Amino acid sequence: MLHTINKSPFQNSALESCLRFTHEGDCVLLMEDGVYGAIPGTAKSDLVASALGRKIQVFALGADLKARALKETIDGVQITDYAGFVDLVVENKVHSWL
Amino acid sequence: MSEESKKKIMFTVRKPPHGTIYVYEGLEVKLIMAAYDADISVVFMDDGVYALKAGQDTKELGIKGFEATYGVLVDYEIQKVFVDRQSMEERGLTEEDLLVIGEDEDTEEPIRPRMVDSAEIAAMMAQQHNILSF
Amino acid sequence: MKLAVCIYEGPYNHEASDSAYNFIKAAIAKGHEIRGIFFYHDGVYNVTRLMEPPQDDRHIANRWSELGATGIDIVVCIAAAKRRGIVDEVLVPNVRISGLGQLTMMAIEAERMVIFGD
Repeated sequence: MLHTINKSPFQNSALESCLRFTHEGDCVLLMEDGVYGAIPGTAKSDLVASALGRKIQVFALGADLKARALKETIDGVQITDYAGFVDLVVENKVHSWL
Repeated sequence: MSEESKKKIMFTVRKPPHGTIYVYEGLEVKLIMAAYDADISVVFMDDGVYALKAGQDTKELGIKGFEATYGVLVDYEIQKVFVDRQSMEERGLTEEDLLVIGEDEDTEEPIRPRMVDSAEIAAMMAQQHNILSF
Repeated sequence: MKLAVCIYEGPYNHEASDSAYNFIKAAIAKGHEIRGIFFYHDGVYNVTRLMEPPQDDRHIANRWSELGATGIDIVVCIAAAKRRGIVDEVLVPNVRISGLGQLTMMAIEAERMVIFGD
C-alpha cells in the first residue's frame, strides 16, 4: 500500500493514524504540508523514525520540501519527485489520508 | 456479474460531520455508486466515527441532516459498513452510541456498523481495487 | 497504467490543484493513460473561465483546459457544481459537467485512483 499524507503532524493526526494501518513493506509519501513530518529534531520526528524502524518506506516530495525551506530530513527518508510519486502509485494500491 | 469479479471499492470517512460538507457530499457518492456493479465497503475512522453518532439534530443549524439516509444504507445494498474500534475508544464512544443503518430482513433486528480492529481494516484496504477518501 | 485523479479543493486556496496537476503531467510524461480527472466538492471552482489571476501567476483553469484539449476526460460533478453556481456557461473549454456515475466509472475502470484535497 501507498499512503499519502498532506497534513502537518502538528496540525492533524493523519500521519499518526495512518501509521497504525501500515505494515512492513508499505510506503508513506509525505507531500504538501505533510513534509513537516519528515524533519529531524522535532516533537513529531519519532512518528517517522518509528515507521522506518518497522521497515515502512517513507518518502517526502522534494518540491514541497524546497518550497518550505526544509533542507534536512530524518535519516532513512527518501526524497522523491512527481515522477517518483507516479512510480509509487503504479507499484502500490493507494489510500489518500485527506 | 458474479460477486468475485466485481471491483472492490472502499470509502474511508475520517472527517467529522457538519463542520464541512465532505461527509454529506461523500454520502451522495456512496448512494450513487451503490447502484453500479461494484463491491462497496465503507470504513469510518478518526473523527469520521462522529458521523455515525445516533441522535444528530441539525434543525437549528438550518442544514440538512443525513442520519435518516444513513438509516437506509442497508436498503441501498451498502451492507459492509465498518467502524474503527480504536477511534471509537479514543473518543469515549461505544457500539450503543452508533446509529442504525438498516434492519435485518428476517429478524427485523436493527443493524449497526461493525466495530473492527485496525489490522482487519488494513487487510481489507490492501484487497481493494480503489479507495476513495471522504 | 490507467490512472484517474480526483480533486476536492478549489484553486489557489489549497495546494491540491497544483499537486494534482504536477502529478498528472509526470504520469503523462511516463506514458501512463489518464482515464479521467474528476472535480468534486469545492474542486468544481477549478475550471471556471471567470477566474482572472495576475499575469505573473499560473492560470489554473486554462491549465486544466489545455490538458482537456489533449483528449483527457475532465468531469465536473453536476450536483457539487450546481450547488456552487458552476454551470456550463462559465466552464473553460474541454471540460464537461456530468454526474457521479462518471466518478464511479473512473473508480471501476482506472487501475489506480489518486485523490488530492484537504
